[in-house]
Amino acid sequence: MTAVTGEAPAAGGGVLGRPLDSREDPQLLRGEATYVADIDLPGTAHMAILGSPVAHARILSIETKAAEQLPGVLKVATAADFTDVMPLPCIWIPGGVESHFPPHPYGLPGARPVLTGDTVRHVGDPIVVVVAETPRQAAAALAAIAVEYEPLPVVTRADEALAEGAPQLHEAVPGNLNAYWTCGDKDRTDAAIAAAEVTVELDLVNQRTINSPIEPRGAVGDYDAATGEYTLYASTQGPHNHRFLLSALVLGIPFNKLRVIAPTVGGSFGTKGYLYPDMALVLLLSKALGRPVKWVDTRTGLMNSTVQGRDHRQHVTLAGTRDGRITAVRCTSYANLGAYPSTIGPGVATALMGRSISGMYDIDAAFCEVYAAFTNTVPLGAQRGSGRAEAAFLMERLVDRYAGEIGMDPAAVRRSNLVPKEKFPYDNGLGWTYDSGNYLLNFDRAIELSGYADMPARKAEARTRGKRLGVGLATYVAICGVGPSTRMSQEGMLGGTWESANIRVHPTGEVTVIVGSASTGQSHGTVFAQVAADELGIDPDTVQVLEGDTQKAPYGQGTYGSRSYSMAAPAVALTARKIKNKLIRAGAVFLGVPEDKVVYEGGRVHEEGNEENGKTFAELAMALWYGWGLPAEIEPALDETTHFDPPDFNYPFGTHVAVVEIDELTGETEVVSYTAVDDAGHIGNPKIVLGQIEGSITHGLGQALMEAAVYDEQGLLVSSDLTRYALPRAADVPFFTLDKTVTPSPHNPLGAKGAGEIATVPPAAAVVNAVVDALSDLGVQHIDMPVTPEKVWRRLRGEAQ
Amino acid sequence: MNGRPEQFSAQPNELLVERLRDGLGLTGTKVGCDTGQCGTCVVRLDGRSVKSCLVLTASAAGSEVATIEGETTRGGDLTGLQEALRQEHGTQCGFCTPGMVMALGELVESTAGGEAPTEPEIREWLTGNLCRCTGYHSVVRGVQRACAAARAEAPAGAAGPAESAAVAASGAAAQEV
Repeated sequence: MTAVTGEAPAAGGGVLGRPLDSREDPQLLRGEATYVADIDLPGTAHMAILGSPVAHARILSIETKAAEQLPGVLKVATAADFTDVMPLPCIWIPGGVESHFPPHPYGLPGARPVLTGDTVRHVGDPIVVVVAETPRQAAAALAAIAVEYEPLPVVTRADEALAEGAPQLHEAVPGNLNAYWTCGDKDRTDAAIAAAEVTVELDLVNQRTINSPIEPRGAVGDYDAATGEYTLYASTQGPHNHRFLLSALVLGIPFNKLRVIAPTVGGSFGTKGYLYPDMALVLLLSKALGRPVKWVDTRTGLMNSTVQGRDHRQHVTLAGTRDGRITAVRCTSYANLGAYPSTIGPGVATALMGRSISGMYDIDAAFCEVYAAFTNTVPLGAQRGSGRAEAAFLMERLVDRYAGEIGMDPAAVRRSNLVPKEKFPYDNGLGWTYDSGNYLLNFDRAIELSGYADMPARKAEARTRGKRLGVGLATYVAICGVGPSTRMSQEGMLGGTWESANIRVHPTGEVTVIVGSASTGQSHGTVFAQVAADELGIDPDTVQVLEGDTQKAPYGQGTYGSRSYSMAAPAVALTARKIKNKLIRAGAVFLGVPEDKVVYEGGRVHEEGNEENGKTFAELAMALWYGWGLPAEIEPALDETTHFDPPDFNYPFGTHVAVVEIDELTGETEVVSYTAVDDAGHIGNPKIVLGQIEGSITHGLGQALMEAAVYDEQGLLVSSDLTRYALPRAADVPFFTLDKTVTPSPHNPLGAKGAGEIATVPPAAAVVNAVVDALSDLGVQHIDMPVTPEKVWRRLRGEAQ
Repeated sequence: MNGRPEQFSAQPNELLVERLRDGLGLTGTKVGCDTGQCGTCVVRLDGRSVKSCLVLTASAAGSEVATIEGETTRGGDLTGLQEALRQEHGTQCGFCTPGMVMALGELVESTAGGEAPTEPEIREWLTGNLCRCTGYHSVVRGVQRACAAARAEAPAGAAGPAESAAVAASGAAAQEV
């Protein structure tokens, strides 16, 4: 496949941009990697958590005596044992942080305690912990605990939680409203809609979904009484962030008394960046018992405790002219935050969604308002493509409705409303300024590659086989590189969101790169080695990459929001440039020529015009390690660090085309082809990004076709294991047709944009658009996700949604 | 156990995966769900791939059990299937990988001397193993590559040129994007 770039190739021209094999793979393929469940410290005791079986109730009594007497039980603890422990903080509070010295968010209304003592607010809400000699003994002890509940009324939908007379979750939050948040220009948008030739409206449910990394979460706490230091091993995507949140804000211990180590992490997709009660509990109980304490979640436990995603109910409106010019978009959304504010859930439900709703289109007026409410469900958090997927869904559904209303081809409507290339940087009127883009090139490539023009003939052919073929388009812009700290403070983030890298060149010329980020399966070791090797002109095999241990690595927020390659990798590149500069300055001394006559190329310095007078990288490393003969202004050794805080976010984008066939008899929807053209700027390792794109699309198809967190009227999570929560399996997806465009971001030295999750953003919209297209002659204008065979079958029989 | 005798007593309700991980320290076999759905715990029992969370240890008495640790020596050369998966980057977080290698090994072996499995057959074979990172595409390509390599090495029934070209094309696509 030919890459359509229209842009210059990546800088460096060396090993960066090449599909090197992942150096992490052999260890994973041999089953040798150590995940948190594989950690076995001497003397480890095992923790189990009793979660609430009911969604909303007052706790009248807790009886633990029987459990305490069971064999192997070492400790049974309730909220009463942790009265001096602070509740879990929420560090993304929509609305902005005005002070340079923001208060610690201890007193946040509704914050979750490490154990619940008085009122439980969702099924799975932790009430009692048991520590025993073995996991089976700990689990058995849970069954011997008796808790008496006084049931309270339950609410599981955001819109219903905000209605008058709704059950109240937190005394401190009357009406269950955590935040009312807006962006864009309401008056201008209302006026444009009132004056429009055409308006279309939709009521959308962006259903709650469960990320389901294949590795459940886990944590091991290890307190050292001799030093007073705590070590937490956790399945986390941000060890530094967990250290910050846990030490001062929850445990009340000095920052430097807590070390957090992320071993190999078995996927995350947003969920493992959050602070959970178990992380504090294993540390507290390790101190209490004088032994390491280990906890590993079950799948059902994960479903009932790890943050869930999406969950918006929206009324959306689009206005335009009869000839296809979109003039305004408006969204009113009810976002379901669950029972407690998760670490950054309120920000995900507001800014990440609302500021993206106009997508790749140049629209004069846009407005979004979000009512974020507490309900008796698991707390809301991020999920691969979080916020941006919800935004793309509403906009791309609206564009199809609009195209249908005015009788134009959906592709033609989209094409004529794309932000033109010359308008970048582009202020979208909702608070984002898109850095760079060539949307038309990207869009046209996807249309061509998907064979869009052939669809009428394919539809007719499918009918002869009892199938209805539908085609659906979706475009998107995904804010990535969550990082500019000042910009994030304006969004209400309490904390620096920059990334850092340290490079140490050893005396023998081998290199160690240490980053604050932490992989959850993105082959950081491979890619960051490529970045350093490319800058320094050396063999990537000589570059070691370390991360995931707060005692070793410089500070960094970690891996989320597709930010490692556009935040941590630039820090590596800039640090490598510092190394290179020092080699030039030192080279001038060793070569006996002025600095401006020293050339660095191919991992070597030499005198300009005289390659004979030169030194290799390894020779210079050794010489700087000896430090002999250096002038006072040059320090010995080669060890540099960079803290990278970009000027603004970056904005990858793309166009996806889904083709589905619906079986007339059964209502089953099969994705028969899927074309995606994504633009993530310059890519460090195409093989690794390809895998992320393919996985992302599959994840998005899951939301469209099968995934749903279903709560019943009592607030019980019905879909609480993998027999009742459907994840896409290999037979559910075809091979995809993929290509890319390359529009570098000006906001980092690599020209990188986020990549890891971006392709999760459009598939739900593309598939639902395709299904609606296939059913449009029946008068179907919308169908809610997941598009199950039953729903489609009913629509085929003429039933209303 | 991986070609070596092991003798121990097991509780009647002990699961094979518990024995492997907690009793024998063979932690390459993973636990990802409570219901036999995810496939991270797949091992080979007398040559057939099974989910070790659904097998009682006692019922495996007298059987040959093969786990991921028995596929290679620590740090040793990868098997043909593992090498093919590496070339296609058929792994990301790697948590589902050992279970997939054990399940797919049976498929690759069973077809090495005969017809290569079709793409739908590979996908059907994989339905017992969940992966959330890759979307399975690179895994399917890896199996195609492994089967082609196995057939090319086999003296009889070597891969035809058309099949080799198809695999090469999917590999090339992987490198372009």
